[in-house]
Amino acid sequence: MNEAIGESVATPPRLEWQVASVVSVTQETPRARTLVLAVPRWAGHRAGQHVDLRLVAEDGYQAQRSYSIASAPADGMVALTVERLDDGEVSPYLCDVVQPGDGVELRGPIGGYFVWEPAQRGPLFLVAGGSGIVPLMAMLRQRGRADVAARAQVPVRLLYSARTLDDVIYRAELEQLADASQAEVVLTLTRQAPPGWSGYHRRVDRTMLEAVSWPSSDEPNVYVCGPTSLVESVATLLVELGHAASRVRTERFGPTG
Amino acid sequence: MADKPFIARGFHGRRAAAPPGRLPPGQYETRDFPVLSAGPTPHTSLTAWDFTIRGADDASPSVRWSWDELQALPHETPTVDIHCVTKWSKFDTKWEGVSVDTLLDAARAAGVANGAFVLAYCDGGYTTNLPLADVTGGKAWVAFGYDGAPLAPEHGGPARLLVPHLYFWKSAKWVRGLTLLPNDEPGFWEQLGYHDRGDPWREQRYRGDP
Ligand SMILES: Cc1cc2nc3c(=O)[nH]c(=O)nc-3n(C[C@H](O)[C@H](O)[C@H](O)COP(=O)(O)OP(=O)(O)OC[C@H]3O[C@@H](n4cnc5c(N)ncnc54)[C@H](O)[C@@H]3O)c2cc1C
Repeated sequence: MNEAIGESVATPPRLEWQVASVVSVTQETPRARTLVLAVPRWAGHRAGQHVDLRLVAEDGYQAQRSYSIASAPADGMVALTVERLDDGEVSPYLCDVVQPGDGVELRGPIGGYFVWEPAQRGPLFLVAGGSGIVPLMAMLRQRGRADVAARAQVPVRLLYSARTLDDVIYRAELEQLADASQAEVVLTLTRQAPPGWSGYHRRVDRTMLEAVSWPSSDEPNVYVCGPTSLVESVATLLVELGHAASRVRTERFGPTG
Repeated sequence: MADKPFIARGFHGRRAAAPPGRLPPGQYETRDFPVLSAGPTPHTSLTAWDFTIRGADDASPSVRWSWDELQALPHETPTVDIHCVTKWSKFDTKWEGVSVDTLLDAARAAGVANGAFVLAYCDGGYTTNLPLADVTGGKAWVAFGYDGAPLAPEHGGPARLLVPHLYFWKSAKWVRGLTLLPNDEPGFWEQLGYHDRGDPWREQRYRGDP
């Protein structure tokens, strides 16, 4: 898969299934968990890509799902963050059953459009809903590894919609990024807000996007990821606000909002 | 290849209630209708909409249908299973549209240069490539109705290609025409590492899959 590295189109000749081992698991929120995986044959990835995971039961029954990569390309491992859907088939297994030392079958990296490269100059505007933060976090982490001069070329704003403050994945890390003025982080909570909350407390809407995004004349590169309903409405509003559709990249995780 | 599957400790899965032989490998049945596309949903008015079939070289004539002209062609109402590369399948989806055979017959009659492949092109710049054989013989439609109603924009309305025997990215949303090509030319996802043909029964998800 080596020849794919550095190409603008990362397309290995064949994506082989392989068994990755779970190095560690971290509870991010009451409903989301990060699995750090050691992947034996991993030729690297680009921020925004995902892997396909395959679970096979004793009798051969199998299920496959896609999970975005949360780690930066330079991190030397593959981190996934999985949100537990109570009635789901795969996510409860990954959130409740898997432990360090277990193996999981995967192949990747996959996806060549919802990716960000540091060479893409211009402001970066990220909009996440729920676990849609995961591939955007890979972008934030990759940008965070760059030197000050390179970072100055790519100012970044994140608008992140979560149900409650406790559901904010990577909250401590995002606060650090904001405190260090590495990124502007704007949260909006769609359900309960803690007492004294002064941030947004509603679904992402036009007024919010106008207030938080760069004007379209700054030509930001926009990445929107989350449940279908959020991605649909945010992408449509951004185009209405004058952003070129070709600059608004979307990834839709789930059927419902 | 002798890919021996690795058993996931303690995984039992939720057995699909799907009738045997109906779910391609690696797929699960959903009753929702998920949405997948690379960018914002385009909204094209029906008065500005048209559908064109053209040949590879500019010298070839082309045929064009306005919305009303397309509607005037014979409609078909296929009920089909659809399979998305992101793993969901949906059974017995009900569509309304015009058979691609009907459109290609008219194109041939008008002298559009023939080709062994087609490239579907769409609002928003999306393209997808198909062998001609995959869109002829009653296997493909330009669909504008879903479940008894006009096709919603997020699902590809006003009209999308419907090629249900291939992964659903081949059923290009917001389709505006077909170009007949002598040689295969990769479309949008196909250039980004997805499989050139995309047969769900052979699990042709990504480039290099069998
Ligand atoms: C490219 C891509 C990247 C993804 N990255 C991530 C990621 O980084 N982290 C992550 O947690 N998930 C991610 N997903 C979603 C993931 O693939 C699964 O769909 C999700 O984990 C649910 O699987 P499940 O087997 O638990 O639920 P299922 O058994 O498939 O579904 C259970 C129920 O939940 C509904 N449902 C399915 N998916 C969602 C959803 N995302 N939101 C709300 N309801 C849903 C179904 O309609 C069904 O009613 C990604 C999806 C795609 C296509």
